[in-house]
Amino acid sequence: MIDFTLWDIVRNLLLAARWTVVLSLIAFVGGATLGFVLTVLRLSGTKWLRYPINIYVDIFQGTPLLMQMFLAFFGAAALGFNVSAWAAASVALILFTSAFLCDIWRGCVEAVPKGQWQASRVLGMNYLETMRHVILPQALRLSVPPTVGFSVQVIKGTALASVIGFVELTRAGTMLNNATFAPFTIFALVALFYFALCYPLSCYSRHLERQLYDAGLR
Amino acid sequence: MTLVCVKDLHKSFGELEVLKGVDLDVASGEVVAIIGRSGSGKSTLLRCLNQLEQHDGGTIEIAGQHLDAGAMTPNDLSRNVGMVFQSFNLFPHKTVGDNVMLAPTVVRGVDKTVAERLAREVLDKVGMLEKFDAYPAQLSGGQQQRVAIARALAMNPKVLLCDEVTSALDPELVGEVLRVLEALAKEGMTLILVTHEMKFAHDVADRVVFMHQGRIHEQGPPRTLFEHPETSELKQFISAIL
Repeated sequence: MIDFTLWDIVRNLLLAARWTVVLSLIAFVGGATLGFVLTVLRLSGTKWLRYPINIYVDIFQGTPLLMQMFLAFFGAAALGFNVSAWAAASVALILFTSAFLCDIWRGCVEAVPKGQWQASRVLGMNYLETMRHVILPQALRLSVPPTVGFSVQVIKGTALASVIGFVELTRAGTMLNNATFAPFTIFALVALFYFALCYPLSCYSRHLERQLYDAGLR
Repeated sequence: MTLVCVKDLHKSFGELEVLKGVDLDVASGEVVAIIGRSGSGKSTLLRCLNQLEQHDGGTIEIAGQHLDAGAMTPNDLSRNVGMVFQSFNLFPHKTVGDNVMLAPTVVRGVDKTVAERLAREVLDKVGMLEKFDAYPAQLSGGQQQRVAIARALAMNPKVLLCDEVTSALDPELVGEVLRVLEALAKEGMTLILVTHEMKFAHDVADRVVFMHQGRIHEQGPPRTLFEHPETSELKQFISAIL
């Protein structure tokens, strides 16, 4: 049997942490883009757009991310599509993230006072002009703290990609444990890695929240 | 010349009938003050004129533009009708100047330099030019309301609707806003104001309209109306507020 030094373990976890970061970024950028489009469509008021989006959000908020991963991976295979763990994990995380961000951002848009809509309306601005110039700039400021806060959930969510064979931090930890039989050391290190990724974001989110509070917007 | 012509206006919110047939003509350059108890339909009448509320029956005609019940609001209604709110509703993320310039540039497509000249002109008129680069949160309530008036004026409306524009202000700030409105009235701007400032209605309005239970109950020149009210409801209202 090969002997693993502590450095070997840390080095391997560091290498795997890259993929946790990359997968988080894919999920976040993809989910934010899709979530933004969904938010604007959902708020436009047409019920033919609003209802399907509500159902979409409810489904992804109401089922475990783990099941979404399984369905994206095994479900696609059952339908005859041969998807990689990469693709399945990315798709599942993007959909999951978009549903949550769509809901968070809807709340932020609705938190902008009604009078702003009315003032824009009497000045002759239409829906899109009002959104662009009046509502979104204000909603955006409100949305930054909860959005950064939610990105922490996305990072931790990537751990579930390990169950479909995607080698990220958690999966690497499991593999190292199989080779070294030192679960406490390894999973403590894995947890530490996640903490190092998430804690700064949590702090940043709290800092932004305080800034909003000081600006008198909350 | 009749600028605003309202005939048999009806509006309900669910079961509650708020306007039960209102007829009102306003001439160009006229200053009309609408008074009455809360719940009498004053604000709803005003909000129907710019279609923030869609009326259920009757007709509204403003500067030749017909607003029919159940029809789409014409996109260019804002060309004719401006409005100032009780709660100012300035855009908090924009400077005073940008607040005023936004609608002319976005809605009218006015060039940025032209819009800025226009903004400076209307802000000067309300005495707020020196706050061009300030944000609304840095201003007093009275100053914010003056900016809101300037923002409405920048769209060059034919009639300006004022919905209790001094009700949210500290007493010592009411005067500066009323002085601006008085100056506008002198310039010949058509004003329709819902107000609780009876002295202002008395001194500045050409006509006072008393609303009661969704109808115009009594109207006339302010002196006649305040000093010789005919109906018992108006007598009661006047004695209650004086």
